[in-house]
Amino acid sequence: MHFEYQINGGDFTNAGVASSQLKKILKQLNIDFRLIKRIVVALYEAEVNVVAHAYHGSIYVDIDTSKIIIVIEDEGPGISDIDLAMQEGFSTASQQVREMGFGAGMGLPNIKRNSDELNITSNPGSGTRLQMLHHLNKQAG
Amino acid sequence: MGINSDITGIKQEMKIEEIASLLDAQIICGGNNMDCTVNYAFASDLMSDVLTIEGSGILLITGLTNLQAVRTAEMADISHIVFVRDKHATEEMVSLAVENNMVLLECRYSMFKTAGILYDAGIKPLY
Repeated sequence: MHFEYQINGGDFTNAGVASSQLKKILKQLNIDFRLIKRIVVALYEAEVNVVAHAYHGSIYVDIDTSKIIIVIEDEGPGISDIDLAMQEGFSTASQQVREMGFGAGMGLPNIKRNSDELNITSNPGSGTRLQMLHHLNKQAG
Repeated sequence: MGINSDITGIKQEMKIEEIASLLDAQIICGGNNMDCTVNYAFASDLMSDVLTIEGSGILLITGLTNLQAVRTAEMADISHIVFVRDKHATEEMVSLAVENNMVLLECRYSMFKTAGILYDAGIKPLY
């Protein structure tokens, strides 16, 4: 199965809509609720990141019998130091993002914690690509 | 009153109805689910923090009244939120909460007082 979603930078009202839709799909597929939570929390944090930092983003979800691969690609400023961005507490978020309850430097660490595998690549000045993988054939957690 | 315990004292839970009464809170939506119970509460205005918690039967205590508070609860499998400091849920928040079968409460107490009342009544912390 393949699904695609679009994210608009700065559109906080719709941040999480894709995660919400994917959650409904995963529930219909009878996936363990703990695994669903890991997947949607990771995707939701990624959506918020795109809304907070980028101009536009696309989400590609591929589900087969053994795994779910989610790719989030954005056009934006990119991340110049990924290791630094992965450190809990590091953030370049605006005041507006903080007022939304985010921007404390926990997004990428939360995504990593909730993914079985996470791959981040970024071209500063053009954009960032996250690929997260979740195995379906093992217990969540 | 307070927490219901079974004979071993292990099972502890409180009805949303009782929580609303303790906090003198207004029920904004989800009135049909007032018999639902919670075991734990977590108080935060930082949604990334809320996204790290695990478990079920959790009440979220927050002063953050924007759509992302409800979205976060949806992702974190939290079905009950109390908004403190006399903050009011917006129409779009209520609409999203109804769509997800959530209970929203509003109370005028501070987050500290709200947490204190519920802790005193037997609601457990997550950590």
